[in-house]
Amino acid sequence: MTDYRKLWSDLGMDLEKHDRLTSALPLIYEEVYLQQPDRPQAMEYFDLVVAEIHSLRIAELVEHRRRGGKVCGAFCVFVPVEIIRAAGAVAVGLCGGSQFWVPDGERVLPRNLCPLIKASVGARLSGTCPYFQSCDLLIGETTCDGKKKAWEVLGEYAPVYVMDLPQMKRPRDLAAWRGEIELFLARIEELTGCRVTPERLAEEIRLQNRLRQALERLYHTRKADPVPISGKDALLVTQVSFYDDPRRFIDKTEALAAEAEARIASGQGVFPSGAPRILVTGTPMAIPNWKLHHIIETAGAAVVCEETCTGTRFFEHQVDETGRTLEEQLQALAERYLKINCSCFTPNPGRLEDIFRLVEAYQVDGVIYYNLQFCHGYAVEYYAVEKALKARGIPVIKVETDYSEEDTGQLRTRVEAFLEMLR
Amino acid sequence: MTVLGIDIGSRTIAIAILNDKGELLAGQVADSGPSPLERAREMAGNLSSFRRVVATGYGRHGARADFATDLITEIKAHALGASHLFPSCRTVLDIGGQDSKVIRLDEQGRVVDFIMNDRCAAGTGKFLEIMAQGLGLPLEEMVAAASASDGGVTLNSMCTVFAESEVVSLLAAGQPVGAVARAVLNSICDRAQNLLLRLGIEPPVVFTGGVAAIPGLPVYFARRMGLPDLLVPTRPQLVGALGAALYGIKVNKATG
Ligand code: SF4
Ligand code: SF4
Repeated sequence: MTDYRKLWSDLGMDLEKHDRLTSALPLIYEEVYLQQPDRPQAMEYFDLVVAEIHSLRIAELVEHRRRGGKVCGAFCVFVPVEIIRAAGAVAVGLCGGSQFWVPDGERVLPRNLCPLIKASVGARLSGTCPYFQSCDLLIGETTCDGKKKAWEVLGEYAPVYVMDLPQMKRPRDLAAWRGEIELFLARIEELTGCRVTPERLAEEIRLQNRLRQALERLYHTRKADPVPISGKDALLVTQVSFYDDPRRFIDKTEALAAEAEARIASGQGVFPSGAPRILVTGTPMAIPNWKLHHIIETAGAAVVCEETCTGTRFFEHQVDETGRTLEEQLQALAERYLKINCSCFTPNPGRLEDIFRLVEAYQVDGVIYYNLQFCHGYAVEYYAVEKALKARGIPVIKVETDYSEEDTGQLRTRVEAFLEMLR
Repeated sequence: MTVLGIDIGSRTIAIAILNDKGELLAGQVADSGPSPLERAREMAGNLSSFRRVVATGYGRHGARADFATDLITEIKAHALGASHLFPSCRTVLDIGGQDSKVIRLDEQGRVVDFIMNDRCAAGTGKFLEIMAQGLGLPLEEMVAAASASDGGVTLNSMCTVFAESEVVSLLAAGQPVGAVARAVLNSICDRAQNLLLRLGIEPPVVFTGGVAAIPGLPVYFARRMGLPDLLVPTRPQLVGALGAALYGIKVNKATG
């Protein structure tokens, strides 16, 4: 038995405060997850991951570091994890999804800033996130102004490296992004002291492609009616993909997808067939942000797809595997990552195309546009998305919220009224 | 057998009892009080005498868990109620105690779109109440004073807390009560109009909810918004409960 308290205090964590954080999670998880009827058996693994979110995986990270390995934390789906791993480091996702960290973030950041940024910074400042505490390097990017400036603040508390993401997708932007990836590779090599060889990189490219394909296979099962897995469960799987050991994650996700496929074959679903089908699009939902999905699904509709960074934006498009030289591989990486349609790009017609394609493929009845409060990129882009969806007769509403529970009643009314409109 | 519609709002509870033909047998409005569910049950009386009890409003989930047979949102309830009273209705403006909303209907009276105010109380009944307190006038007199004034004063604060102190300092600075009252009404009216414009005003517009029940206020709004044919039910506070009861009748018909 590992003594986790010792392990946490060795990581320099605030144990008392951490106890308060971890005592709340099981209750929320019980209500939001464990009370769902007919969950696939294979969700057991993901339940375990959450139950042990600050222990099992952390012990693995500690062991990796004990043997001289490094850990890198990233906040965004643009960071090419293949390179981190090819240099022998472990990559973990670090998006703060809990209100618990917001007050600590607000000690150093303005109140009217997106809760994801405040919680991420707050998690580091409060010393209550063992992932943050395990990181040898934090990797930021310039995807929005809030983050861009927050890295400077965070940099006072931990080593931060920032990747400059272009904001357009012209050939010169692709070239610039490729240059960034080269710089990134050099920085990671410097951190780990290991050279990235084409062989190692090829292996990690294949591995990450398989991970994305596993998620894609799982998402594909959600196109069925009745839907074999709840949106909450699918969201959880994607959230876990940012933290977990990739090989284990692929195995478990494939097992889950296989079970979901078997359910489809036998006509078994978690919602009655004909239940309203919802696409959620917008800003990312980091663990344990399950608020909107919970409201939608307890109101009787199924979330069948997420066009978010904790959804399709994370796993669509594979990296071309034919590259033999580092040159070719870096180009392939640059091309794949620049296909992501984040609202930080201008113009961003690709996101509209993605939404239409997904509405079609997942037989969606209505779209809920999720916007974390004060995220301007996505908030402004709603204008175009709403106009385009309405022109095609696809119902859409926008829901703007943060991590607190204050507005749950109002959100419930909005979501339920939207569902009444669809029925 | 009769059907009961019950609208449990944050400030008031309204009930409507309908017979099979949809005729209103009884309607009643009361303060929610400290325990709205209990109050709701009291107002409902003998529950076994109804074929269906449909809850709406903020307390609908609690009522459904406790005694109601069905629930619908206040959006749908207001749409059903308003288009029952005014079959031509295409837009509903509802201003309640703590929120306001605009609902667009199609020719069949179905909801095609809606919009709600954000979390704060600005532009709601609560806002009016607090401003009336600041003015030291009952709501009715506040509207009368505003209507009689030529204005000349504007409120700059959107936030209820700041607006109240603005009202107090305007009075202290010697502004006439009527002009300040007018500024208050303009402020909430402009908010409502903003909501309407964001969704698109399709006439005729039906004005429901507690704020519409304040004597003189709908006329004031209609004039300020340039909407001469703003329709107001005789008992605007009852529209949600009425809609809930109408839904119950619909379900009865569907289930035979
Ligand atoms: S929304 Fe944009 S910035 Fe945020 S995680 Fe996604 S890609 Fe990165
Ligand atoms: S949600 Fe929006 S504001 Fe927040 S970090 Fe992502 S892009 Fe920036």
